[in-house]
Amino acid sequence: MSTVKHFLRTVVGRAYPRLVGVWREKSWLIFDVLFPLLQVSAYVYIYRAIGAPPEFSGFAILGGATIAYWMNVLWSMASQLYWEKETGNLQLYLLAPTSRMAILLGMALGGLTATTVRAAGVILVGALLFRVPLQVSHGALFLGVFLLTLVALYGLGMLLSSVFLLWGREAWHLSNLFMEPVYLLAGFYFPVRALGLGLALAASVIPITLGLDALRQLLYPQLMENFRVLPVEAEMGVLAGLAVLFVFLARGGLRFFENLARREGRLTLRGQ
Amino acid sequence: MMRRLREAWQGIKVGTWLGWQIESNWTEPFLFAIYAVIKPVAGVLILVVMYLVVAKDGLANPLFPHVFLGTTFYLYVVNVLSGVSWTVVDDREHYGMLKYVYLAPMHFYGYLLGRGMAKTLLATLSVLVTLLFGVVGLGVRLSLDDPKLLVGALLLGLASLAFYGILLAGVSLLIARHGWVVGDVVAGGLYLLCGTAFPLSLLPWPLRALGLGLPPTHWLEALRRALLGSGLHSELSRLTSAQLLLILVATTALGGALSVGIVGVAERIAVRRGLLDMQTMY
Repeated sequence: MSTVKHFLRTVVGRAYPRLVGVWREKSWLIFDVLFPLLQVSAYVYIYRAIGAPPEFSGFAILGGATIAYWMNVLWSMASQLYWEKETGNLQLYLLAPTSRMAILLGMALGGLTATTVRAAGVILVGALLFRVPLQVSHGALFLGVFLLTLVALYGLGMLLSSVFLLWGREAWHLSNLFMEPVYLLAGFYFPVRALGLGLALAASVIPITLGLDALRQLLYPQLMENFRVLPVEAEMGVLAGLAVLFVFLARGGLRFFENLARREGRLTLRGQ
Repeated sequence: MMRRLREAWQGIKVGTWLGWQIESNWTEPFLFAIYAVIKPVAGVLILVVMYLVVAKDGLANPLFPHVFLGTTFYLYVVNVLSGVSWTVVDDREHYGMLKYVYLAPMHFYGYLLGRGMAKTLLATLSVLVTLLFGVVGLGVRLSLDDPKLLVGALLLGLASLAFYGILLAGVSLLIARHGWVVGDVVAGGLYLLCGTAFPLSLLPWPLRALGLGLPPTHWLEALRRALLGSGLHSELSRLTSAQLLLILVATTALGGALSVGIVGVAERIAVRRGLLDMQTMY
């Protein structure tokens, strides 16, 4: 079998359980939409309590939907190899005569497809429930920003996954740590520019920061005039750069950390 | 009777020690302290930025201290309520040791209560740091006008959260693929329904009515009155502080009774169906 075919079959093979999993336990879908929606609703009411314009409720809904992707990257990409180690699958992955990158890519593709169903559910229900205006002015550009953000984000997930390979319980706690602080820095619930230009640019290393900013600019151009970090085109350029950088780093990182974990005997260490 | 009490105490002791070890010994104490501080402070800062961006008077908005206090004490809800129910999934599926805990000569309910104590200790650390940050960094003025209300409400609320957490742990004993979801969804629902960060009057009436029936709504309101001198929800303004405490006593007692009953039943079913060592790989 050619190398490319082998690579593609691995990608499909690893993506398959994630895609099938969405429909196998259907009640999960309800919880996956309900849980972020509870948080989103709370933030919408917080904005309403202080008399914010309805666009801010849109910020909260869009942020809540993109949180689904961040959670997927944290818990089903970054921490995934840790879970595999705990359940005894990691050694099988490493013994398999295939590319590790193909495994990560399959994880990413399966994860982002499944998460898109949840995120769409959050946006749909949220927008209907709170009657929030969601009008995209440049559809193609919006889709382009969205896809670029996902590529860069899951590239980061692949990188984190290789780094987390080394860890035991630290992996779980670090994923836990990367929740609220990242919600703050990436501006999930408010325009990130409010943190100041310097901090907003520093936080742009998390692809969702600029991705959300660009999506908000395309959804609410008037309101975002005072809040944008960079013009949409510039943000797309940075996102494209981040995507290439993260995938490149993930490739090197995976090799490096796998070797390190082998030498330190951490690949099969469970319950630590 | 004495033997059962001794076993319960043993369970609480072991559960607390083990819980603390699991929560804290994965890294150096210094890093752990930073970890325990960053998360809650970041959660509060999100609200701070939202207020600064939108509210005309920023943090001087009269709602902000109430929102800050609600969000800070809500840390107990996440840690204790959701944490204790997660304990069952973690011990059973991750560490595979729930069956050994059950076989040990200690009371299972006491063990769960101990795990709740560890979560409470951890949450207390986060709450204290966040309160300090609020007072020093955000200028929130806390007054201790009614120390009796504060102590009474705090203790009753914590006991109540532990009981309801154990109740959820009992439910988690019987479910396979949704164990991780139970605590999170309940905690997320309480954040919304209890008006943790906004007045309940904004909710549609069925949700408002539901929120008014939930113990954390009264708990957070009592803490606001004790530390800020006034509450947030107009619906509760007619209740005196003594009435609020009485409601907390009643809901705590109800939580205690329900948790003992439900954990007892769940335990029996789990043993009969062989669920204590279930491995679902989820």
